[in-house]
Amino acid sequence: MAISRRHPAALLAVLIAALGTTGVAYATVASSSIPKAVAPSQTQISQGNDLFKEGCASCHGLAAQGSSDGPAIIGVGAAAVDFQVGTGRMPMAAPAIQAPSKKVSYSVDEIAALAAYVASLGAGPAIPTQEQVSSSGADLALGGELFRTNCAQCHSVSGRGGALSWGAYAPSMLKSSPKHIYEAMLTGPQSMPVFGDKTMTPSNKRDIIRYIEELQKRENPGGADLGRLGPVTEGVFLFIAGLGALIAISVWIGARAR
Amino acid sequence: MNEIETTSNEPYGSAEGKDLVSGRPVFPLKHHEPRRADIDPKAAKRAERQVSAMFAASSALLMAFVVAYVKVPSDSLVQIPGLGTVGTSQVLLGLCFGLGILLIGLGAIHWAKKLMTDVEVTQERHALTSTQEERDEVAAIVKRGAAESGFGQHKLIRRTLLGALALFPVPLVVLLRDLGPMPGTRLRSTIWTKNIHIVTDATYQKIKASDIPVGGLVNAVPANLLEIEEADGNINARGKASIILVRMDPSEIVSQQGDGWDYQGIVAYSKICTHVGCPISLYQQRTHHLLCPCHQSTFDLADSGNVVFGPAARRMPQLAITVDSEGFLVAQGDFEEPVGPSFWERG
Repeated sequence: MAISRRHPAALLAVLIAALGTTGVAYATVASSSIPKAVAPSQTQISQGNDLFKEGCASCHGLAAQGSSDGPAIIGVGAAAVDFQVGTGRMPMAAPAIQAPSKKVSYSVDEIAALAAYVASLGAGPAIPTQEQVSSSGADLALGGELFRTNCAQCHSVSGRGGALSWGAYAPSMLKSSPKHIYEAMLTGPQSMPVFGDKTMTPSNKRDIIRYIEELQKRENPGGADLGRLGPVTEGVFLFIAGLGALIAISVWIGARAR
Repeated sequence: MNEIETTSNEPYGSAEGKDLVSGRPVFPLKHHEPRRADIDPKAAKRAERQVSAMFAASSALLMAFVVAYVKVPSDSLVQIPGLGTVGTSQVLLGLCFGLGILLIGLGAIHWAKKLMTDVEVTQERHALTSTQEERDEVAAIVKRGAAESGFGQHKLIRRTLLGALALFPVPLVVLLRDLGPMPGTRLRSTIWTKNIHIVTDATYQKIKASDIPVGGLVNAVPANLLEIEEADGNINARGKASIILVRMDPSEIVSQQGDGWDYQGIVAYSKICTHVGCPISLYQQRTHHLLCPCHQSTFDLADSGNVVFGPAARRMPQLAITVDSEGFLVAQGDFEEPVGPSFWERG
C-alpha cells in the first residue's frame, strides 16, 4: 500500500516553485522570442531537449534515434517538428496508422524550442518565414495546374482530402494555414511524399498555396454542398430525404379521412 | 359498375365480391364511417378554409417567385444556418416555385379527402383470359393462313427465304468496322525513347537525381511531349507516357522489373492504372504503396510495382532510367510492356 506520507503543504510548495519558475522562464523566452528568425539560442535548445524527453522520447527514443514505436527523427528539420506539433498531430494520443490533426498540446514557444532541439540534431528543412509562404503575387492559374497534377489525386480537387490504403487518408486542407501547407510539401509528413524544392520550387509552392487559399474561400451559391463529395452524398440525400418525402405523401394520400 | 363476364373458369378474376376460384370475399366491406366534415358543418367549414388557405398561399408564393426573379440580384449571397453561404436568388426561386406547386397538390388532396363525396365503391374485375370462342377463332385464323400461304409445299421458297433472313445481319456486322480504325500497334509503345529527358509535369524542368529527396515524389513526363502539337495527339501521347518518379532508400527496394532500372533508389513507374486506366499518383511514402482512387487497386513500388490489392490484373510497368553526362535523369528506352489497361489484341 503506497500511501503518501508527504506533508500536504509540500504539494503547495512545489506548485508555487513551479509557477514561479515558469513565470520567470516565460518572461525570458517571451522577451527573446519576438525576432523569430534568429538562430536558436542554447537555452531554447536545452528547453526543447527537456520537452522532448518528457513528451516525445517514449516513442522516438531518448536521442531521437527512433524505437519500435516511432521513427528516428534526426535530420527531419525544424519544419517537420513545426508541422507535426503545430497541427496537433504530435504527440499522438494512441498508436495508429495515422496521427490525426487535433488540439495543439504545446505553446508557440514550446514548439519553437522543440523544433530548435530537433534541428540541432541534424540538418533538415528550416521553418519557412512569413514571406516564404505568402501567396501575394503568386500565379493562381499555375497553382491550379500544379495542384491538379500533384495534390488533387490524394487531397481531391476540392481539397477535402480522401481515403488511402489500409486506414491511411489524406486530410482536408480547407483549414490549413499557408505555413503548414508549405511545411507539408517540404517535409512529407506521414504517408505524404516529399515535394522537394528543386522539383517543386518555392515559387511553385506559393502558387499552390494561393490556389488552396482560393479553395478555402469558395462559397456555395447553389445550396448546401453536402461535403462536396459529388454524387455519393447527393444521391444518398435524395434517396433518403426525397424518396422519404414521397413515401410520406403517399401514405397521407392513402390514409382514411376522419 | 362494369359488366361482369363470367364465361371462363380461369382463376384470375372475381364476381359479386368473391374470388372466382376460392369463393372467398375479395373486398369485405366494412361498416362505412362518415367523416367529421360530413356530419359537423363546423368541421366542413374548417376544411374549406384550410384548402382555400393552401391555394391562396400557393398564389402568393408564385407571385413572390416573379418578384424574386426580377428584384433579387443573381450574385447576392445569404448566410443560412445549416446550409452555409448560398445564393439568395437560387434559394428564393427554389422555395417559392417548389412550395407553390406543392401547395396546389396538397390543397387538391386535402379537398378530395375532406370534402368531396365519400362513397365506397367496389369495382369488380372480369377474368383476364379471352373467352374460349375467341381463342379458338385465333387458332383457326393462324392455321388457315399457314395453309393458304403454301409455306409447307414450296420447299424452294422456304429455303431461299431462310437463307436471306440468315444473311440479313451481315451488313450490320460489316458496318461495325466504321466505329473507328483499329488501334494497330499504337497501344504498345509510348514516346519514351533512349536518352529522352524526364521533366516535371506542368513546369517542364529537367530533373537532377539529387533534386529528389528520399521519400520524394515527382509527377513527370518526357521532354519530347512538348514537341507534339495538340492536333497530332498530344493528349494521347501524354495519356500513355505520364510517369511518377519516387525515391526510396536503395536498401528498401525488394525487386525491380529489370536489373539497374533505378538510379540510386529513384524508380520510375507508369502513372496509368493497369485496371481501367485512371491516372494515379497516390503514393504513400512509408509503405511505398501506390493506390488507384477509382477501384482501390494498390501497387507496391518497392516490389516491381506488383499488385497487392484490388482488381488490377497486371503490375505497374516500370520505366528504366539513368542519368546523362550532366546528371539529368533520362529514360533508358521505352516501356517494355504496354502501359495502361489490357486490350483485346494484347491477349
